Amino acid sequence: MKKSAFFVIAVLMIAAFVLAACPAATPAPATGGDTAATEATTGDTASTGGDTASTGGDTAASCECTDPVGCVTVGADDPVRVGWMMVVSGADATLGLDSKYGVEIAADDRGTIADHAIELVGEDDLCSAEGGQTAAQKMSADSKLTAVIGTSCSSAARAAIPVMCNAGVPMISASNTAPDLTAADRPADYWCYMRTAHNDLVQGAAMAEYAYGAGYRKAATVHDGSLYADQLQQVFADKFKELGGEIVAQEAVGPQDTDMKPMLTRVAAAGPDFLYYPIFVAAGGQVTKQAKEVPGLEGVQLAGADGIFSPDFLKAAGDAALGMNHSSPDFSAFGAEYPALLEKYEAKYNTKPLSAFHAHAYDAFNIIANGIEEVAQKCDDGSLVIGKQALRDAMISTKDFAGITGNLTCTETGDCADPKIAVYEVMNADPETWDPGATDTSNPMKIWP
Amino acid sequence: MLKNLRRRVSGTTIAMWVIGAILLIVVIVGTVRTLLIGKYTGADWTDLIVYGISQGSIYALIALGYTMVYGILRMINFAHGDIFMAGAFIGYFVASYFDQTGFLEQNLVLSLIFVTLVAAFTAAAMAVVLERIAYRPLRRAPRLVPLITAIGASFFIEYAFLGLFGSGIKGYPEPEALKGRVSIFGVEILKTQLIVIVAAVVMLIALWYFVQRTKMGKAIQAVSEDKDAAALMGINVDRSIMITFLVGGALAGAAGVLYALLFRQVYFFMGFFPGLKAFTAAVLGGIGNIAGAMVGGLFLGIAESLFPNLVLDGLGIPAPYQLKDALAFFLLVLVLIFRPTGILGERLATKKA
Repeated sequence: MKKSAFFVIAVLMIAAFVLAACPAATPAPATGGDTAATEATTGDTASTGGDTASTGGDTAASCECTDPVGCVTVGADDPVRVGWMMVVSGADATLGLDSKYGVEIAADDRGTIADHAIELVGEDDLCSAEGGQTAAQKMSADSKLTAVIGTSCSSAARAAIPVMCNAGVPMISASNTAPDLTAADRPADYWCYMRTAHNDLVQGAAMAEYAYGAGYRKAATVHDGSLYADQLQQVFADKFKELGGEIVAQEAVGPQDTDMKPMLTRVAAAGPDFLYYPIFVAAGGQVTKQAKEVPGLEGVQLAGADGIFSPDFLKAAGDAALGMNHSSPDFSAFGAEYPALLEKYEAKYNTKPLSAFHAHAYDAFNIIANGIEEVAQKCDDGSLVIGKQALRDAMISTKDFAGITGNLTCTETGDCADPKIAVYEVMNADPETWDPGATDTSNPMKIWP
Repeated sequence: MLKNLRRRVSGTTIAMWVIGAILLIVVIVGTVRTLLIGKYTGADWTDLIVYGISQGSIYALIALGYTMVYGILRMINFAHGDIFMAGAFIGYFVASYFDQTGFLEQNLVLSLIFVTLVAAFTAAAMAVVLERIAYRPLRRAPRLVPLITAIGASFFIEYAFLGLFGSGIKGYPEPEALKGRVSIFGVEILKTQLIVIVAAVVMLIALWYFVQRTKMGKAIQAVSEDKDAAALMGINVDRSIMITFLVGGALAGAAGVLYALLFRQVYFFMGFFPGLKAFTAAVLGGIGNIAGAMVGGLFLGIAESLFPNLVLDGLGIPAPYQLKDALAFFLLVLVLIFRPTGILGERLATKKA
């Protein structure tokens, strides 16, 4: 009796596994099958799908989908749907909200894409792998979605990218900075991904150069196990050692940890003069506060990165943040349109910028919009047919695009940024005064280069 | 005789003991190697232990709520961590109001006591309301039902606070007088830690007195031993259970303020991990046992603070503090292998078995 019950359960479980595996494995061949069925003649367009679609762009000759990955059809009176996937709740909400505001302003400025209205839809990526996975599964199920701006956090991106790429929806992030995401050896199912944020190979090296140049020789790092923090501190450590400095400790905490004092006691025993912790708001605030309370760390220069470059971090860290350094995109290097963007931002949301990536998000939206206008086939009835592969190809072949964050040219692996990193110093711990810039009165103030 | 022994000592038990012994050896080897390397001074170790005690006394205060409710109702009140969060939030509002008016800096002791009392009172009220609405109607239901309800209540409280006060982190005010360290018996302790430890000890003693010496405390003990018999003896069971939630909630609310004093951040999800850890502490000490919760909380706090440095460092594991949580639950497993009823759980086991 017992044995047979076990057998039944085993069979059910196997069946469950098979059923669960099936839909996951089939989408790519299935969409390929559909296009093959409707387009029997396009055997050779698979590799050059982007070109054929874009040359056929404005002719309105045919409204059939020739794209190997499939198409998004926008009805005559329907808006073009663009998605965002950002962290808009929790401790790191300002990081995602800031990018979301950038996207919304870009959509307002643009007004229409290919003479269609713009509709923004979004999901919260929660700044975690689980959140990214869930958000991507929801968004990839939307057949009207043309492209996605996101995610906010690299850990979320790692989970979301394969899902979006399997659905063929191009994804462009404004704030993912982990080097792995655009590395030359990235997995094949990252093909649809690119970013306007800098690569941390640049940010980590910049911070190391600043620290070494400022006279620090013994650095310690702390990461929180996230893809972003782990890789950024490693880039920093490698560069710092290369310059001739010494890395005396590389510690790690959990993103939800609150008691950092034991870990910091360990750091203090190693005797650093510079502590770099490119982590997120909650844990970053705790490290900042508690570093002031642990004997042996009183004189150590504290430094964070762009993930905690926000007024919310000042709320979390309190007075202890005073004098702290941050590596971040260089606001003063942004294009001539940046002041106008800032003005709209402040007028629309009644706040100073909440983080460092609104301009990157603005550019990301425009890369999508330009891509859609380039490849969309306008049909006689006013509807649009947008090839997914074609859109991705058009976006990733962006060249010399004059964005707000600089002159953007995408590499083959999706690095579109024109990365300029600065180091800022917190001059006032009051979050109300947070307004990064390069003037003498700005807080935080740019101190390098 | 031999047959008897074989029946009593099954293969699983032996395997458990072998695993336990191996783990114990690993722990000892790690400890000895760390001490031989001698990277840390005596002051570092005392610091680590003090950090552990202050964190552990907060765990203990929360764990008491879990253990008292378990003792009396045989259910795990998973919403208890969120009562703790609510206490910290209420404390935050009062403290920042005092901070704005300048009262906090002028009358530090008075305002700290007032903040703690308000937080404890509100949290206690919430716990009582929770019991009345969510748990009392289910008292005769199967045991799984109130457990699920508790998880639902936990989500409800969390997301109610999220909706009311937003998801961002709020920073507690930091009075100047609380910064820095004081020297106690030659040990340098942060002032906030000293306050936390002293307050926790006072509350633990008060609870001990309440449970052991007062009429109400004895009634609670009687109800937790046998509800029906207690009712026959003229004890108001509903009232006893309500008082249990009240006391547990008050302790959690006060713990919320103490926690915020140490870590100075409040947000809607902050109750989850301390709640989970306190639950672990309660099980570690022997769930249902009040002294066990205190011991378990302190043990867990010290273990989290000390063991990554003491054990894992010697084993050559890099960045050991990210394994802090893993270590805490690993300890739980280790203790449960050797003492399935927890450190002090023996009396309960014989009584309820």
